[in-house]
Amino acid sequence: MLYDALIGPFTEFEFMRRALAAVIALALAGAPIGVFLMLRRMSLVGDAMAHAILPGAAVGFLLSGLNLFAMTAGGLVAGFAVAILAGVVARSTGLKEDASLATFYLASLALGVTIVSIKGTNIDLLHVLFGNILAMDDQTLLVVAFNATVTLLVLAVIYRPLVIESVDPLFLRTVSRAGGPAHLAFLALVVINLVNGFQALGTLLAVGLMILPAGIARFWSRDLTAMICIAVTAAAVSGYAGLVLSFQTRVPSGPAIILVATVLYIVSVLFGRVGGIVRQLFPGRHLEA
Amino acid sequence: MAALHFHNVTLGYDRHPAVHHLSGEVAPGALVAVIGPNGAGKSTLLRGIVGILKPLDGTIHLGGLDARDIAYLPQSAEIDRSFPISVFDFVGTGLWRGTGLFGGIGKAARDKILRAIGAVGLSGFENRPIGTLSGGQMQRVLFARVLLQDASLIVLDEPFNAIDAKTITDLLALVRRWHGEGRTVLAALHDMEMVRNHFTETLVLARGPVAWGPTAEVLTPENLLVAMRMCEAFDDSAAACAADDISSRAA
Ligand SMILES: Nc1ncnc2c1ncn2[C@@H]1O[C@H](COP(=O)(O)OP(=O)(O)OP(=O)(O)O)[C@@H](O)[C@H]1O
Ligand SMILES: [Mg+2]
Repeated sequence: MLYDALIGPFTEFEFMRRALAAVIALALAGAPIGVFLMLRRMSLVGDAMAHAILPGAAVGFLLSGLNLFAMTAGGLVAGFAVAILAGVVARSTGLKEDASLATFYLASLALGVTIVSIKGTNIDLLHVLFGNILAMDDQTLLVVAFNATVTLLVLAVIYRPLVIESVDPLFLRTVSRAGGPAHLAFLALVVINLVNGFQALGTLLAVGLMILPAGIARFWSRDLTAMICIAVTAAAVSGYAGLVLSFQTRVPSGPAIILVATVLYIVSVLFGRVGGIVRQLFPGRHLEA
Repeated sequence: MAALHFHNVTLGYDRHPAVHHLSGEVAPGALVAVIGPNGAGKSTLLRGIVGILKPLDGTIHLGGLDARDIAYLPQSAEIDRSFPISVFDFVGTGLWRGTGLFGGIGKAARDKILRAIGAVGLSGFENRPIGTLSGGQMQRVLFARVLLQDASLIVLDEPFNAIDAKTITDLLALVRRWHGEGRTVLAALHDMEMVRNHFTETLVLARGPVAWGPTAEVLTPENLLVAMRMCEAFDDSAAACAADDISSRAA
């Protein structure tokens, strides 16, 4: 009975297996990116970028219908354009990056919705906005896995400068020129993972599988490595549980995954070891030294 | 060969000079104090030396040093103290020069890091997140990182801010050790007693050089008085500078 509910769907249906593989790939690559977004106080930047990829995806849709390849390519181009433009504007004018992004992404979102509604139906719009992880074909799954692999490799290369740049940018600037390239590479990874998540969760929720696990991790550890591991686990668990939930009920898969993550988040806020509410209310007796 | 050579350097912000027409050189292995009132341009000069501020005019020659040979302790570091990194890892970033992007941290490097942490009196704090340190403890962590950087030019901007007397003594001993090892040390300071007792050379700044030379000769009441009279504010309607006339500005 429990087996039927929790494992059955995946042994029985190929589309569920594909969805599970996709969601795990997304968790592996997206969650570490989310942790860095959060620690660099760029959570909302991630959200803004998610909107920014929409017009690109929409142009892909306009040219070739619901073809995920075309939409991915379009999203990547648009995301990079906005990320780099905003990064350059911020670096050359001293304007905070989030402020310059806000401008770009609002424009992009308006443009994107306009483009989709020129050709598509409301159903198409819904698909673009919320994705459909249950409709993954082999090709798409490969793209998702490929992007996740690239992300992990690049992250390994830029990990050290990225950490130093996050803690002490002035120091990195005096000892090396790696800061700028590392930052741009990181923005590129954000875009790649948003486009990746976009297949499964849609533009609006893609960023959820990056940010929510990061938020969860923060309540359980003060150590970066541990935070990344916790975030990946939380994302994978949310993905799996979300798929089961969506299979058993009529909740669409994308929102189901994010809802599970939200529940985990609330539990963490309440019971987390680091700064959780319950812990703060009942801290225990003070120590000797 | 001079470690550092200033050639008619003007440093500043938005075309306003904060350090006006400075020329001179710092010999390798010198121990130089940079003094002057608030707004004199001490930090500005040090920023120019480490390369994070481009001169408005003139040139600074580092005598063949590269950015990695310089260790810089800023007056107020832009450190994100909430970032989850331990004292050990943070101090370890001082090894950047040796490890680069990928180099692992081996046993020898671990020992070095532990010794640097010990040298600033923070043994036992290795695993503490940097966000949990007191202000003075954080300053000592920064000092430990400078120690680890093993640089031939060390630039300290008011390094003893917020540090207790006993630790200052320990850290001054470190500075003297660097001097003994032939490293060039420049430090912006406000404590005249310390300058007199520990620094061989002094540069008095007041938006431009007032005096520069052996401490005993430079640290005179007259020079300090000239420096004190400096006008701190930028003149918004100043015309483009034509000559090196600093004395009229200082008066
Ligand atoms: N980022 C900046 N933009 C514009 N003006 C600046 C900037 N930083 C410093 N200044 C100005 O340059 C002048 C020199 O400043 P600087 O920080 O070098 O002084 P300082 O000698 O280090 O003083 P203190 O003893 O207070 O540290 C001051 O008048 C200051 O207002
Ligand atoms: Mg200063």
